[in-house]
Formats: sequence, structure tokens, C-alpha cells
Amino acid sequence: MFAGSKRYLIAAILFAAALSPLLSWIASAHPSKIWDRYYLGIAIDIGINIILAVSLNLINGHTGQFSLGHAGFMAVGAYTAASLTWGAEAAKTSPLLGGIIFALALLAGGGTAAVAGLAVGVPSLRLRGDYLAIVTLGFGEIIRVILQTTDTMVRNWELDPTGGLARLLENMGGASGMKGIATLTNFGWAWALAAVTVFVIAALVNSTYGRGFLAVHDDEVAAGAMGINPVRYKVTAFVIGAFFAGVAGGLYAHHKQYLNPNGFDFMKSIDIVVMVILGGMGRTVGVIIAAVLLTLLPEWLRMLPSFTLGNVPIQLTDFRLIIYSLLIIGLMMARPQGLFTFGKARGGKA
Amino acid sequence: MFCILFWISVICHLLPEQAKQQLINGLALGAIYALIALGYTMVYGVLRFINFAHGDVFMLGAFAGYFLSPLVSRLLPAKSYLSGAVVLVLAMLICAALGMLIEFLAYRPLRNRPKLIVLITAIGVSLFIEYTCQHKAVFGAAPRSFPDLIPASNLHFGSLVVSSSQVIVLVTTLLLLVALTFIVQKTKIGTAMRAVSFNEKAAALMGINVNFIISFTFGLGSALAAAGGILYAMSYASIDPLMGVQTGLKAFVAAVLGGIGNLPGAALGGVFLGLVETIAGGIPEISPYRDAIAFAILILILLIRPAGLLGKMQPEKV
Repeated sequence: MFAGSKRYLIAAILFAAALSPLLSWIASAHPSKIWDRYYLGIAIDIGINIILAVSLNLINGHTGQFSLGHAGFMAVGAYTAASLTWGAEAAKTSPLLGGIIFALALLAGGGTAAVAGLAVGVPSLRLRGDYLAIVTLGFGEIIRVILQTTDTMVRNWELDPTGGLARLLENMGGASGMKGIATLTNFGWAWALAAVTVFVIAALVNSTYGRGFLAVHDDEVAAGAMGINPVRYKVTAFVIGAFFAGVAGGLYAHHKQYLNPNGFDFMKSIDIVVMVILGGMGRTVGVIIAAVLLTLLPEWLRMLPSFTLGNVPIQLTDFRLIIYSLLIIGLMMARPQGLFTFGKARGGKA
Repeated sequence: MFCILFWISVICHLLPEQAKQQLINGLALGAIYALIALGYTMVYGVLRFINFAHGDVFMLGAFAGYFLSPLVSRLLPAKSYLSGAVVLVLAMLICAALGMLIEFLAYRPLRNRPKLIVLITAIGVSLFIEYTCQHKAVFGAAPRSFPDLIPASNLHFGSLVVSSSQVIVLVTTLLLLVALTFIVQKTKIGTAMRAVSFNEKAAALMGINVNFIISFTFGLGSALAAAGGILYAMSYASIDPLMGVQTGLKAFVAAVLGGIGNLPGAALGGVFLGLVETIAGGIPEISPYRDAIAFAILILILLIRPAGLLGKMQPEKV
């Protein structure tokens, strides 16, 4: 039953699930510096970013499309999941019931994001390259703007303020953000779902069906001549990628307990794209390593020392975003194939 | 051409007053978009990649104007059209140099790499400029109010109110467009630009210094962006280091709308976008979605015409 790579998947999920109560126990029993919420929070961030990067890798890496709208899918999933768990008091009292509600909310978040992915995938019927990139960027921006105006919708559409829809929209908070989301994400959820994502996408790409993604990446025309329908593969990649981005969004919402539309702007998409590129497009392991490193990097840069040069105090932490941007440029010049790419590229251009 | 203008003027006469006012506001905004869009489209024409840092050059242009204006007003009468023009030209020169510098440092070493690599580098350059300018030792993140460059006054045509800055925006844009058309169509260097855009290798074989032409294209585009930055700052009176992000994206949308790589297309796309956004802003039901409209239109138009309004579909070669 659990043949081949499925074993590793089961092991990873069990590992994450077992580690989770252990970690939270340590965190509560020893409120020391190492295990406090800050470090645990970063560990959860890493899990979420792995899901985001690996799912974008399916679109940008394996299938060779260029999507700049991944944060938009994430936003759709985050807001859907958060709206579903909102007001579910049972989630706070019973851990089991809370877990079931959370799982359903995450699935729904992924589902709505997948519908958004379908909406983005359809223009790719006719568009490619830069044009597709700008359309995905546009979709992300449209989603952001719509989320910014949820509270004004109630007034503009003259909805009954006591009605369910109006209260839901009001609760999403528009530009001021959605507050008071239950904390349901923990280490186990984030890392177990990261394992599921990695497994599903790796298994998909390595399956007979999934070879089509690589074929579309290598040469769309040749793939079409071989009887592979490039459009179908591209749309599939967008739908599946968006689904996992939506799940990651749901985890994110229940981790940060606060959502703001501006957190899902074009820059967030770029962050995920950088993870994929740094890891080497289409290299699952590399992309995972890049996701881990790029989540840790801003935190490391936060710890940079400050010193005085002559009479001028210089705080290196002020430079951390500048350093981040310089790193992107430097890496593109020095190792454009990705940091963790060694040997011959698989599924790369001939 | 004149026939179209005639009919536009006839239609304009039939419009209600408020719509005419919106039309003028939209044209002024569209003119600025057009100026930035031209830079995107020119760079795409020669190098086939999206220069994400272009929106930041626009921002630097506005800041150059901010810092130049007190300097210039020491030599020339402040708030006069002459000093305004001097500030504009100086800022354009500074940004042209900056644009060439960016190309030389960041893009030239990557000339023969895949487009995607250059695209990510461009995003990195854009982030670098934004973050550096936000640092407190450079400009700081807080918005600054832009000084008045020209005497502020309002012209009245019946019930229509046109501010002097709107007139300046439209007139300057028209002059720059004429100058650009002249450079691209009539001069030797413009011919070389078109040749490089058409086929870089063949152009190099014909004795064209491709590096110089690409550098020149960046300079030209950046100068237009700087002009756009100053005109934008004059109209909206507030500048900050992130002003180029949204405006740059919209101008890029304008360039794609018109068909990227196509100069008249960029101008048309810019004006179209400015008009649509202003009109949408005037309708209360859609005004909250103003920022999304540009992208919605882009998606719609690309679905109907995948290569943009004036772009030509390229047949795919195997």
C-alpha cells in the first residue's frame, strides 16, 4: 500500500505531527529564548513558504510559464479560509473539532484559489511569455484591489447590514485588514501540508501524465506535435499551483491572525518567484532549500550589528532590504541557474 | 489624422460639461502614462525584456526636480516657465545618465542570458533603488511636497477649468512626442535604433554599434520617464520613493495595451488608460476599483488582441 515515495510522505507527515505537540510543549514549559514563539513562528513561516515556492515551481519551473500572481492566489485562499473559521467558536474549545473545521477551511481556501487559477489559466490559451506574466500580475492586483474594498461594498451595493454577506464583507475589513482570526496553524499543520505539497507535485511531475508539463516547458510546438495538449497542461499547472497557494494562504491567515490586502501585493509574488529562481527552476529540492534560506535571511539580516563610523552611528539592520535586493542582482549575475543546481539540468532547455 | 481630430472635437462639443472636464483631467494623466510607457516599449523593442526599474527612474526624475528647483531658482526667477523648463531639462539629463548607468552595470553583463534572468535582475534593480531611496540617509520614506515650478493659475473656458499645470503637462508631452518621433524616424541614430530592434545581429553586421544604441535607448527612455516624473509631481504635488511602483506598473500596462515595442501604441495606450481611469474615478460605483480597472482592461484587450492594440502578431517559428 505504501510503496516507494509514499513511505517518505507518511514518515514526513508523522514526523511533523509528532514534533508539533513536542515543540509547543517545550515552548510552554521553557519560555526561554530559543523556543519562544518567535522561533516557532519562523519555523511555521518556513513550512508555508515551502508550500508557496513548490507550488509556484510547478507553474514557473516545471511548466515553464511565468506567473507573477502567486500572492493573489494565496490571498484568495487566506481570505476564504479565514472567513470560514471566523465565528466558529467550537474551533477554540475542542481541538479535534477545530482540526476538522480547519482542514475543511483549508480545502475550501485551496478550492477557491484553484477556481481563480482556472480564471488565470484560461488567458494562457492565447498568451505566452511576457504577456502571460503581465496578465498574472494584473490578476493579482485585481484581487488585491477587490479585497481592499470589501467594506465599502456593503455601502455601495446597499446590502442589508444584518445579512450574512454584509457581515462577512464587513469582517474582511477592506483596506484596514481582517482581524481576530483564530490561531489554528501550528508547526504540525504547516510542515505536514508542506510534505503533502512536495509529494503531490513531485509525484505528479514524475508520473506519465506529468511528463507533459516538462514537454510544454521544453518546446510547446513540439509537445503539441507529439499529441500533448499544451493549453490543457498549462491550465492544469495553474489550477494545481493555485490550489496549494490557497492552502498556504489559509495556513498563513491562521498563523498571523491578521490579513491585510497590501500583504499580498506584487512584492509578495516576487518573493516567491525569487525562491523558485534561486532554487533553480524546476528543481524541487533546490526550491525547498531556497524557501528555507530566504525565510531565514531577513531574520539573519535583522541581527546585523550596529557600529559607529567616526561620529556617525551606522545600523546595518537599516540596510537589510538593500542587501536583499543586491543579493538578487548578484545571484542573477553569478549563478543564474540557481544556487542549488549542480550537474546537468533536467527538463531544461536544450 | 486631421479628420480624426475634427471628429473628436465635434464629439467633445456634444458632451456635457462635466464629461469634458473629466476628459481634460484624463488626458493630462494619460499623457504622463504615455511618457513612461514609451520608455518601457523602447527598451522592450531593443532588448526584449521588461525593465522593471523604469518606474523607479520616473521616481528619481521627480526627486531630481525636487532638489534642482531651489538650485535653479537661485540663478533664474523662481516659479517662472523658464526655470521650470531648465529644471525639466536638467532632470531629464540626470535620469538619462542614470538609465545608461543602470543598463551598463546591471543589464549589459547579462546581455546574452535568458530573458527571465534579466527580468529578475531588473526587479532586483528596482528593489535596490526603492530601498536605497527609502533609507533615511537618502530620501527617507516620508512623502515630500513638491515645490511649485511654474506660476499656478487656472484658465477658464466657459465652465471648464484647466489648471496651468495641466496645460504644461499636455504641451510638454506633445513636444516630447514630436521630438521623439523626429529622433526615431529622421535621424541616423533613430534609424540605427529601429535596425537593432528589427534584428540585432544583422544590425551589428551592418556596422552599427549595438552597445551604444542600446545605451542611447535607455538614456532616451529614462529622460522621458524623468519628464513624466516632474509632470506627475507638478500635478499631484507629493512625491515619495515608492511613487514609481503603481504608476510604473500602470504605464507598463499602457505599453502592453498598445502593443509592446510599438511607439505610437505606447502613447495611445497611455492616453487610453488615463482617460478610462479618470472616467472610472468619476463614477461613484466603480471609483473604489480604479486601480484594478487598468488591469481588467488589459486582460480583456489581450484576450481579444493578444499582441495589444497596435501590435503585430508574430507567427511562431519552429
